[in-house]
Amino acid sequence: MAKRLMRGSHVLGEAAVRAGCRYYFGYPITPQNEVPEYMSARLLEVGGTFVQAESELASVNMVIGAAMAGARVMTTSSSPGISLMQEGISYLAGLELPAVIANVVRGGPGLGNIAPAQSDYFQATRGGGHGDYRTIVLAPSSCQELCDLTVRAFDLADKYRNPVMILGDGMMGQMMEPVEFPEMQELADLPAKDWIITGAKDRPSRALLSLLLTPKVLEDHNYKLVRKYDAVTRTETDWEEYLLDDARQVVVAYGTAARIAKGAIKRVRSMGLKVGLLRPKTLWPFPSEPLKRLTRVVRQLLVFEMSAGQLVEDVEMAVAGQAQVHFYGRPGGVVPTPEEVAHQISHYYYQAGLMNDDARAQG
Amino acid sequence: MNKIFTKPKSLKPNVMHYCPGCGHSIIHRLVGETIDELEIQERTLGVPPAGCAVLAYNYFDVDMGEAPHGRAIAVATGLKRVLPDRVVFTYQGDGDIAAIGTAEIIHAANRGEKVTAIFVNNGTYGMTGGQMAPTTLAGMNSTTTPGGRDVARDGAPLDLTQMLATAKGSVYLERVTVASPKHIRQAKKAIKKAFQVQLDGLGFSLVEVLSPCPTNWKMAPVPAYEWTLQEMTKIFPLGVIKDITGYDEK
Ligand SMILES: Cc1ncc(C[n+]2csc(CCOP(=O)(O)OP(=O)(O)O)c2C)c(N)n1
Ligand code: SF4
Repeated sequence: MAKRLMRGSHVLGEAAVRAGCRYYFGYPITPQNEVPEYMSARLLEVGGTFVQAESELASVNMVIGAAMAGARVMTTSSSPGISLMQEGISYLAGLELPAVIANVVRGGPGLGNIAPAQSDYFQATRGGGHGDYRTIVLAPSSCQELCDLTVRAFDLADKYRNPVMILGDGMMGQMMEPVEFPEMQELADLPAKDWIITGAKDRPSRALLSLLLTPKVLEDHNYKLVRKYDAVTRTETDWEEYLLDDARQVVVAYGTAARIAKGAIKRVRSMGLKVGLLRPKTLWPFPSEPLKRLTRVVRQLLVFEMSAGQLVEDVEMAVAGQAQVHFYGRPGGVVPTPEEVAHQISHYYYQAGLMNDDARAQG
Repeated sequence: MNKIFTKPKSLKPNVMHYCPGCGHSIIHRLVGETIDELEIQERTLGVPPAGCAVLAYNYFDVDMGEAPHGRAIAVATGLKRVLPDRVVFTYQGDGDIAAIGTAEIIHAANRGEKVTAIFVNNGTYGMTGGQMAPTTLAGMNSTTTPGGRDVARDGAPLDLTQMLATAKGSVYLERVTVASPKHIRQAKKAIKKAFQVQLDGLGFSLVEVLSPCPTNWKMAPVPAYEWTLQEMTKIFPLGVIKDITGYDEK
């Protein structure tokens, strides 16, 4: 299939439609307005339903209803809007409903600004809403990957009956790249759902609930969720390794920051520094195991993110003191340049004496 | 022997948890009878509230999907948009629909969502122990209005149904009560009509039911029923609030 040059926001919408999403509920917020705009037109073409809700609270609850009825359904928003959706996301998790939510992250806290940021990492990966639950979080770093991970998000949501979040940022939404889309998935081919509510015809009536008043019953439900999350962790953890074979220092970054990091790594490589990248593609489940394995050969990690430091906590937890973890971040919607990051990389590289190690290895 | 009165088949045989004299049990029955008479049990979906009726799925023998407090009509919107040929109703208390869920209900009505809301107005937050509701009458005691609701401090009782009448997509709105056998029959007619409006695809319909909460009003059931009729109806007058169905009233 031919590649199409497309803006990230539209890629997200088109990929969702091709994955069989026929219902979209949302509320405008910059920098993701192109998604509802695209969906409003595209869903009309394919006989789907678009509703501009009165708020993010309403959107996510419409998503709950549509998911209960068995539809592939999506909503998108940006940071302040996602905050409002957290109640609904907790209910989606508790009710075990599949749905896709994309967060085109902007600078926060509060109204913040509309520049690209990564400061919603904690909110996305730690739950955000109330209760013991997990959201599967996917972090694309190119338009093609945004397409692929959007399709995957719908599949994972159905497979695990769990909300899946796509964590992007304004840069990803605006940038244009050639993308190869998958064929339109036929709705009839989607996995059957034997738990949805459609009217109790030829079967006993059903109730979809998260209200489990007896503590022991809720405990059992929570442990069932824990087993599900364990299965997700075992099977779905995903990451990219870039130039790791001979690396003495490893940068850990995701999404837009990982693209900037790649540019920085190319620079320092040309100066002879042996630096690689580990890029989580799933932020939850987090690729702790590959990071832990890396510490057998690499003594220095540099976490780079567009926040005041959130991902760095997961990295520190994974390496458990077996390597030095440095952090470089810019919060507030500031997007660092590759030169800036390259400077940080070489600073720590020289400071740790890794240059001398390189020389010894050669001599 | 001929059985002339029995439980609607749309209600499960479970014993209800409501307090003695609570209006919820009567209203459940009326909704159940409606579903039976319209023969829509197999294609009806209900959305229970957060509130005393939170366990409504234990009683209605139809598919039910839970909503967060106040968001029932948004959940119902999602259900109905995916399943336009099904009958979707919400069951919401005054706190649920007229406080936390005000935005959702106004906009669902305005969009003319083809769903039916059963709005149980008992002037209090029953489930959480009798705090002030948007519908609590002026001067009425509640656990958060010691000395009675003071309009200057707490606002006046909110007439949500009247507000919904201005929304273009609302087609049929009626206020009824279950405070006497005669009124129960009227309430039943209204509920059935509201479901019919949905079946005919006309738009949004809602029935507000004035209902006693003897427990939180700290009254015995009989005085509570009398109080509903005498006091509540002064502020929330019974009757059709909006009807643009075009049905001929026979
Ligand atoms: C987000 C949220 N806030 C508060 C509550 C607590 N809560 C449960 S029911 C309720 C009020 C119920 O009152 P009403 O809707 O009038 O119904 P009733 O119990 O009187 O039938 C409240 C405040 C909740 N469940 N969720
Ligand atoms: S507290 Fe009031 S509304 Fe709740 S069950 Fe008892 S009487 Fe009914």
